[in-house]
Amino acid sequence: MNDTSLQSPPEPQGSGPTRRELYEAGVRRRSNRIALISTVSVVLALIVLVPLAPGWEAVQRAFFNGRVFTATFTGLLEAFVLNVMIFAWSAPLIAVTGLMIALCRDTRAPALFPLRLFGIAYTDIFRGLPVVLVIYIIGFGVPGLGLPRPWNSPYIWGTVALVLVYSAYVAEVIRSGIDSIHQSQRSAAASLGLSAQDTMRFVVLPQAIRNVVPANMNLFIALQKDVALLSFIGPVEVFRQAGVYKSLYANFTPYVGAALIFLALTIPATRYADYLMNKQNRART
Amino acid sequence: MTAKLSLRGVCKRFGDHEVCKGIDLDVAEGEMVCLIGASGSGKSTLLRCMNLLEPVDDGTIWLDGIDISEPGLDPQPVRQQIGIVFQSYNLFPHMTAVENVMLAPRRVHGLSRANLRPQVTQLFARFGLEDRMQHYPDQLSGGQQQRVAIIRALAMQPQIMLFDEITSALDPELVGEVLDVLRDLHQQGMTMVLATHEMGFARELADKVCFLDAGRILEQGTPDQLFSQPREPRTKVFLSRVL
Repeated sequence: MNDTSLQSPPEPQGSGPTRRELYEAGVRRRSNRIALISTVSVVLALIVLVPLAPGWEAVQRAFFNGRVFTATFTGLLEAFVLNVMIFAWSAPLIAVTGLMIALCRDTRAPALFPLRLFGIAYTDIFRGLPVVLVIYIIGFGVPGLGLPRPWNSPYIWGTVALVLVYSAYVAEVIRSGIDSIHQSQRSAAASLGLSAQDTMRFVVLPQAIRNVVPANMNLFIALQKDVALLSFIGPVEVFRQAGVYKSLYANFTPYVGAALIFLALTIPATRYADYLMNKQNRART
Repeated sequence: MTAKLSLRGVCKRFGDHEVCKGIDLDVAEGEMVCLIGASGSGKSTLLRCMNLLEPVDDGTIWLDGIDISEPGLDPQPVRQQIGIVFQSYNLFPHMTAVENVMLAPRRVHGLSRANLRPQVTQLFARFGLEDRMQHYPDQLSGGQQQRVAIIRALAMQPQIMLFDEITSALDPELVGEVLDVLRDLHQQGMTMVLATHEMGFARELADKVCFLDAGRILEQGTPDQLFSQPREPRTKVFLSRVL
């Protein structure tokens, strides 16, 4: 039928690359070339086409003004320190509250049923509300009670709002981590005579928390961004400061500066979270 | 002489599925009882009932003449008396071998690490693992993990040990090291109940062999009786397949 009979038998393979390796190297080279060409053409198109837009020059002056950028960037960085500080004291509070809410939802003792109900209501309510709404209600509402200084500080009530919302998410993530621990671990602990509390504390929780570190990291990256929402109730952090500069210079470039500052922090953090997540997925398979 | 552990009419259901249908069994002090039978015949469930990991639906279990199957009874003190080792080891992966072993004595008996150290080190040495105490489970072979699991159960100084197909997940070449541990424990006079597929081992060492079929003990006797002259046709069929 075909001409295989005419072919000489395959040469014994020496130390060189096999046919398969040569083929795969060719495929790789080809896809790299295509990816490069496609990327370059898209970028070129953007560079050429965007300035052709009728409003481009106005946008360039309003958003990408080098003089305004250099004049305001240090001030923005200084304001960003406040974001970092609010984050730094909110994050541990959120972690602890989230853990406690998760444990509330996991209680099985009948006497603690109110606690369980509270945990369910808490996570349902605070995951169901926009962050900015909670910040408004708590941040404007509670100081409205006429509390004396320093208890009417927007820093306190803004933080409380962030803790309420984010601990609800953290609680759900931790609870999914608790659920992911195989029943056999609980059996093993029970068979040794460990109490339910000790089983949770020494066997289940340490493994659960470790499993949900990447998922929680993503939440804390989101928190870092949402700190900017506190500006609505007072604190002059980077977003608010950018607004002040915008009014001062009648120019939007400070917002771009603020965006760059956020990205400088969140991109490495998301990359790291992804790396952890991938590592965990690999370890599981 | 009363038995160390006695079961009468033990029944266990999961939903509509009746796994144990009235089991009677006596285990005397220092005796090694082997449960054999096909997968799904109820061996594992029976073991889990014995140390109250599964509550029995009906029937009675006595430990030293005390009814431990009473509904509502606190299972923790009972489980401290009856250790169990699982097929899949179930070590705590986030703890070193020695921490795995010390956790329960520390929390349940309130002993300090320093207090436990000599006894625990001795146990590790006895099973040839003294150089593995600081290793994490995933740094140990299956056979080593299973021996650590046995040490962990022994550290609570139970009066009875249950073994649930503990060699089934092991590479054939690692089975021997774990069976040696069982042999050693038997010689020390430990009361043991094994669910096992190691027929050679059961034949050599068991004081009593029980053949389980569809949730019942169909036949029991000394290894010689059961392996050489099985009475029941089901037993004959099973043995002809596995021997």
